[in-house]
Amino acid sequence: MTGIPQALDPAAAVRAALPEAVQDVIEFRGETTLVIARPHIVAACRFLRDTRGLVYNYLSDISAVDYLEPYGGWGDRPERFALAYHLLSMLYFRRLRLKVYVPEDDPVVDTVTPVWPGANWLEREIADMMGIRFAGHPDPRRLMMPEDWNGHPHRRDYPLGYETIMFSFNVDEIMKHKPFAKE
Amino acid sequence: MAIATAKNEQVARWEGNIEELRGLVSERAFTGETMLLNMGPHHPSTHGVLRVLLELDGEQIVSCLPDVGYLHTGIEKNMEHKTYEKCVTLTDRMDYLAPMSNNMAFCLAVEKLVDLDVPERAQIIRVIGLELTRINSHLVWLGTHALDLGAMSVFLYCFREREYILEMFEILSGQRMMTSYIRPGGVWRDIPPEFMPKLQQFLEYFPPRIDDYEKLLTNNPLWIDRTQGIGIIEPETALAWGVSGPSLRGSGINWDLRKAMPYSGYEQYDFDVPVGEHGDVYDRFLVRIREMRESVKILRQAAARLPAKGPFRSNNRKFVPPPRSELGQSMEAVIHHFKLWTEGFSAPDQEVFVAIESPRGEVSVYLHGTGGNRPRRVHYKTPSFMHIGALPVMTQGHLIADLVAIIGSIDIVLGDCDR
Amino acid sequence: MGITSKLGNLGIVTTTLEEAVNWGRTGAMWPLLFGLACCAIEMMSTQASHYDMSRFGMELNRASPRQSDLLIVAGRVTRKMAPVIRQLYDQMAAPKWVISMGDCASCSGVYNNYALVQGVDEIIPVDVYVAGCPPRPEQLIHGILTLHEKVRGERIAHWATN
Ligand code: SF4
Repeated sequence: MTGIPQALDPAAAVRAALPEAVQDVIEFRGETTLVIARPHIVAACRFLRDTRGLVYNYLSDISAVDYLEPYGGWGDRPERFALAYHLLSMLYFRRLRLKVYVPEDDPVVDTVTPVWPGANWLEREIADMMGIRFAGHPDPRRLMMPEDWNGHPHRRDYPLGYETIMFSFNVDEIMKHKPFAKE
Repeated sequence: MAIATAKNEQVARWEGNIEELRGLVSERAFTGETMLLNMGPHHPSTHGVLRVLLELDGEQIVSCLPDVGYLHTGIEKNMEHKTYEKCVTLTDRMDYLAPMSNNMAFCLAVEKLVDLDVPERAQIIRVIGLELTRINSHLVWLGTHALDLGAMSVFLYCFREREYILEMFEILSGQRMMTSYIRPGGVWRDIPPEFMPKLQQFLEYFPPRIDDYEKLLTNNPLWIDRTQGIGIIEPETALAWGVSGPSLRGSGINWDLRKAMPYSGYEQYDFDVPVGEHGDVYDRFLVRIREMRESVKILRQAAARLPAKGPFRSNNRKFVPPPRSELGQSMEAVIHHFKLWTEGFSAPDQEVFVAIESPRGEVSVYLHGTGGNRPRRVHYKTPSFMHIGALPVMTQGHLIADLVAIIGSIDIVLGDCDR
Repeated sequence: MGITSKLGNLGIVTTTLEEAVNWGRTGAMWPLLFGLACCAIEMMSTQASHYDMSRFGMELNRASPRQSDLLIVAGRVTRKMAPVIRQLYDQMAAPKWVISMGDCASCSGVYNNYALVQGVDEIIPVDVYVAGCPPRPEQLIHGILTLHEKVRGERIAHWATN
């Protein structure tokens, strides 16, 4: 056993290897976020997984977030959507977040399933719920919602689908319209 | 006539579907050489409402396509419309066999986002709750898994012991299953006086019961025949597919977030992480059984360490409501109380990520604030989700009867998967 | 019980056909083994050792809708699941009854959103609603006994339509 190679700083390492890729580095509450340019995400993931001293070998999560504000626009964010890839290094006991901004009019990102096959379902879920497509994904069917569903429920402009809450003053009104099943 | 049209429509629908499956099932399915079989969503051994589309060559599984979403409840979307404290009640209902783990993950995320402290005593109470949850969940798993494989009595024994834990939860939180006991900043209320004696009683009573289960199953030739060498996951495959928890440890990888990246003071407890060797159904069974013993060990230590008196939640009034007793005396307390229960607290427009070890594996929360009192996005990555995603690799080449054993051994909860 | 009178020790019991049949129906009302969400776990506890639903003539849960008389909708009903439930209900042989267990099945409970059917009574007729999230096993048993009472009161005229 020669011991574990010295841990590298992920931000500096990715900057050195893929100079185009890193757009920004954010630190918040001890978590590091690398903002990666959209075309480079697969290369960055592969680099982070395979480099000595980084070894982010486990994909914890891929989440999507929609920055749409209630009155339109997305504040000071560059694009409407973002993907957050959460990587875990089991060798160095640390985590890293890669963030990719995705524009509203062209929501396509390359799939990372060649790097981690487990990303398959995580990406399918995002494609279903957020409407971000993944180029080269092996199974682009809907995951959660029925196949004939319209829209992507987790987008901020998708209504919650609220029904009026029943109180004693409006119970008759609601009961009249409720489609009760007959035999 | 009407029947004929209905049938034709059905056939047409089915043919539409089968084209979609091109590339997912083998080419032989299109020539009719292999059979496509639908299993679920109403099937007694899929642990809920999982639907699996199987391609079968005789009894052998050629490919397997799980279909989830029959329990998709939109919890993540609902959370975006609730204040942070109200969200906690929704987290219970995702993984309903381990409600406290889900509470815990969410509360840790909120605490990280707003930078809230948790007193030592509250952390110990949380550990007690979490470990009881682990035993509770493993008991349900053992009972149903054994039931699926034909061992009825284990189910009855497991549920007998489970009632004991549910009673304790009821003492603790007033609810048997949906406890919502862990809240941002600590726990909901102090431990009631009758809880600790009950816990001690349980710790006396429970370990011999684990021996009983082992007597029934561990060396039982029928059990061994049905589980050994079935559903093997190689360690590399497990990592690549995001398998976690006991299923990962069954494959021989010593990875437990309680040890590796401790939270809530887990580094102060002395316990082992059971690891399997072969990665088959039997090893996963052994790992979970041993985990129950380790949980008992942790519970003993936690019970010994728990101070009799002390704060059970943070004193930071901006995030944690004041105790009732203060409301009659302090105007400030009344204001805080009112603010917190009407509007809630605000969190910065930032993102945090927290992962903890639930009984099923790594459950992680991605929480993004808005700067206001509601989250912009909550995303749970749940172990069941990843495990069902990995089901196709685990089942390849097995018999259809083994599918039941494999589904049972990865301990899935569909509420956890679909959210 | 349907026994209305006993004549001495002759061992003759007179009763009406209605009562005899209804007694038989309540005595062996086998539920469909069908769990949806969290409430299903509580339903399992009701069947397991501590609460033991077999005391009320529910020895077994049949996995096939053809062999069961009672559908306990235990849990939240999503829009994706709704057609399946309707189909299961249609496959059950009459007489059949439905218990809607838990807030979610009755009115979708805490989730007022796009994914859930707002109450299972929109797709199948419900006989008894059991409130709670989840209902305690005692509550479910109470719901079942309420259903038994209802069944005992059924008239011949209803049988044809049931
Ligand atoms: S009523 Fe409560 S316990 Fe029952 S399914 Fe709904 S959320 Fe779960």
